Amino acid sequence: MSSRLRLWVLAVGGLGVAVLFVLACSDLPAFGGLWHPYGDRAVHAALARHTANTVSSVNFDQRAFDTLGEESILFGSVVGTVVLLRQTRDEDRQPPEPATVAPPVRRYALIALPVTLLIGLYVIAHGQLSPGGGFQGGVVVATSLHLLYIAVDYRALERIRPVGLYEVADAAGEAAYLLVGVAALVTGAAFLTNFLPYGTFNTLSSGGTVPLLNAAIGVEVACGVVVLLARFLDQAVEIESGDGDGSGDGDGNGNGNDEAEAGT
Amino acid sequence: MSVLPYLIAGWLFLIGCYGMATSRNLIHAVGCLSVCQSSTYVLLLAVGYRDDGTAPVFSDITPGSRPVVDPVVQALTLTDIVIGATVTALLLSLVIQIAKRHRTVDPDELSELRG
Repeated sequence: MSSRLRLWVLAVGGLGVAVLFVLACSDLPAFGGLWHPYGDRAVHAALARHTANTVSSVNFDQRAFDTLGEESILFGSVVGTVVLLRQTRDEDRQPPEPATVAPPVRRYALIALPVTLLIGLYVIAHGQLSPGGGFQGGVVVATSLHLLYIAVDYRALERIRPVGLYEVADAAGEAAYLLVGVAALVTGAAFLTNFLPYGTFNTLSSGGTVPLLNAAIGVEVACGVVVLLARFLDQAVEIESGDGDGSGDGDGNGNGNDEAEAGT
Repeated sequence: MSVLPYLIAGWLFLIGCYGMATSRNLIHAVGCLSVCQSSTYVLLLAVGYRDDGTAPVFSDITPGSRPVVDPVVQALTLTDIVIGATVTALLLSLVIQIAKRHRTVDPDELSELRG
């Protein structure tokens, strides 16, 4: 398909979507209005189950089964990235050179590292009480480890980051979520039902299974992001394409150009 | 105009689609997909907004004392962001592999199958 024809198809499709979307919007409840039936019921259910953060209650209690699917997408993406970015036969691994870092950068990154790590763990642990939770806290924890890459260099990061262990922990986080769901089955309730005592409102132990599922997600997200970043950093810093690619390069270019010319 | 936030979400989606269709670079196309995805965040949060509403977190406000925004769509947006980030990572790793095998990131030049 020529690029001109493609643009026409896009314009027709885009106009169709735009017309339908505007028609649909004109029938939506007005922006900022008071009509939120699902929201009102979710708030009611969260308070009945002693979970102060309604968003966490929706994610880890009322819609816990959906969160399992979402977590599986995350897990699948991490596995897919690990498979796609592995070292191939014609690539060599070069140990990176030690880098020099400006002293102020090193100082502030080293100070920020433990603070960020603590904030991340706090956000995970207080997911059922205050804004945040396993998803957000996990990303903060994973980011804090990479401050070492900024502060010192890649080899220092590698020393605190055995990727194999993080891959295992990533899978363990996913498994822990499933096991909490299966534990509900053992007590006679449905899969992923909140079966623990709800506890006192607005304390760390409130919410029943919400803090447990939150922690499982926190472990999985933190380890998943560390593994993802490790694979991308490997590609950028360590893996060099070998000689085998040199000859393939010429062939690839030639074929690609021929095809492109034939197509136009 | 009370439907403006919804229309902005639609505009973001279409502009992302336009970018993906006219892209000459796969990394650019992945970025455009992220723009499409952010339109869904805007749409969800616009649906859940309530005038004078605050965050649906009751650790420091008394339940029932203030209106809160819709927590269901906030949870959906959270879901969306996590999936968006990891799927973008997966797509970018695909682009890295394509760049290695074919020595190009222009989608128009990728017209053949190779092992």
